[in-house]
Amino acid sequence: MQPRMSVKAGMLSLVLLTLFLAAWHLLVLAQQGPAVEMDPEYAALMGKQATEGASALPKPAEVGAELWRHVTDPFYDAGPNDKGIGIQLAYSLFRVLTGFLLAACVAIPIGFLIGMSPIFRKALDPFIQIMKPVSPLAWMPLALYTIKDSNLSAIFVIFICSVWPMLINTAFGVASVRKEWLNVARTLEVGALRTAFRVVLPAAAPTILTGMRISIGIAWLVIVAAEMLVGGTGIGYFVWNEWNNLSITGVISGIVFIGLVGMLLDMALARASKLVAYAE
Amino acid sequence: MTAPLAKTPKRGEPIGDLMSPAPDTRKKIIQVEGLERRFATPDGKSNTQVFGDVWFSIHEGEFVCLIGHSGCGKTTLLNILAGLDAPTAGGVIVDGKEISGPSLDRSVVFQSHALMPWLSAIKNIAFAVESRWPQWSRKQVLDHCQKYIDLVHLTGSESKKPVQLSGGMKQRVGIARAFSIEPKILLMDEPFSALDALTRGSLQEELLSICAETHQTCFMITHDIDEAILLADKIVLMTNGPEARVCEIVENTLPRERTRQDAYTHPNYYPMRNHLMEFLVSRSKRFSQELSSGSYDPRYPPVVRPTAGPRDAGASKAGEPQPAQDGAKYGDPLR
Repeated sequence: MQPRMSVKAGMLSLVLLTLFLAAWHLLVLAQQGPAVEMDPEYAALMGKQATEGASALPKPAEVGAELWRHVTDPFYDAGPNDKGIGIQLAYSLFRVLTGFLLAACVAIPIGFLIGMSPIFRKALDPFIQIMKPVSPLAWMPLALYTIKDSNLSAIFVIFICSVWPMLINTAFGVASVRKEWLNVARTLEVGALRTAFRVVLPAAAPTILTGMRISIGIAWLVIVAAEMLVGGTGIGYFVWNEWNNLSITGVISGIVFIGLVGMLLDMALARASKLVAYAE
Repeated sequence: MTAPLAKTPKRGEPIGDLMSPAPDTRKKIIQVEGLERRFATPDGKSNTQVFGDVWFSIHEGEFVCLIGHSGCGKTTLLNILAGLDAPTAGGVIVDGKEISGPSLDRSVVFQSHALMPWLSAIKNIAFAVESRWPQWSRKQVLDHCQKYIDLVHLTGSESKKPVQLSGGMKQRVGIARAFSIEPKILLMDEPFSALDALTRGSLQEELLSICAETHQTCFMITHDIDEAILLADKIVLMTNGPEARVCEIVENTLPRERTRQDAYTHPNYYPMRNHLMEFLVSRSKRFSQELSSGSYDPRYPPVVRPTAGPRDAGASKAGEPQPAQDGAKYGDPLR
């Protein structure tokens, strides 16, 4: 029953994809305008839109060819405005992972503190409540001014947007560790540090991992916007650069790669949460 | 297996014990002295006494049950004995020293088993054993754990996670964990109340045989009369809260070598059962009247021994206040 269902679902996905691509293709064809006669030298400077009346939107097959070009040659470097998609993604991943790991190093210990101590929770709550809803990009000018380095500023923006979900989930996970498990540790005269690592951490780990999964998702959303602002390298800069080149094909292939990498990041964290999950 | 800390009673240690009919010469492991616990009312302006003036003691190797309705502070009392809660007044003396917090001397079997779901059965026990003997090697720890897994008949289920174990098996792991650290006293908070009747019966028997084998001193909270008669040497009766008191202490008149199958055939079984039932059904509510009319001394709550003798202490005096230190009753023969 189960395998048959996944086969059916897979077939349905393929049908939907085909319908979408067909609709896209037809839409592009429908936008075909009249061809204009012009001087061949002038025509060479103009795009196909001017000379053949073609739509600015590429056909699915053109995007497919562009994607294939990127997949087969991901790491070429032909100057600052023409780098392979692999290089751009590597820059973005480096920024996201650095900012994310720094955030984890800060958020998980502070989350432990907040979860364990009601005083700290009350004391830090106003700061968290005010900082949490601030768009991470609002920090960008301040980061650029203080850090004076666009790359580090992007990492800082990732850091600041990853901190909150991890902090809040860690605090919640630690605070909701069952009292009886702590009582077991107390009756066994287990020290505070051993209790933290042997009881509280494994008990709260699934909640902490959920926070990390939310954080990495947000970080991957934010990096595109941050790189559009700081420029130079990264997948966000790539998409913006393709827009400046008026290459919708490039923009669409950028979107596809962003989606694929985001999915892989989420899957990696999902795999990690399975390792620490427990059933009660 | 070798006997844990609690050994057979030491003889020739005359201790003046006014509570017992015949002076009990065994060492007192736990002395509860004038224990009182108050909780603040929800508005925080005043407080109510859950129980107060609680005095009793537990001798080495003895199995003591505490019976009372819910709300009389049974669990609070056990938490204080475990060191997880602090009394408002009075104190608990364990082996000559007043307690100030939890200790490996006293291990607890929790009502809800309190196993850590991310650890397998044997790892749950190992967590306790490593805490008790941190210097032990990994092999020593696992061998010790295995001994207690075998003791509670869980051989073969060592590596199962709690979620894969039935309710009875989980509580077996909880019991094995509590025994594994070889405590001076084992505290049990209604350990079988969440189990079905059949499982409960077999676990009670296992506990009985383990205690007989190890001479473990035990204190157990229950509201099950049959459980108390089967397991306990001494049953402490607690009146209804708030302001609960120890009403009296009932000595089990059944021979110690009793089993679930033959306990109810003993002539003293029904006198015991009726006495306890009478207490739970009516006396536990009206105790304040007994207090004002009788010569109740909280330091020495009356000790009764219900038997099937001519002067049936349990059944015939039903409903009447039990006068303290009634010498006639103590003279009753066992049969």
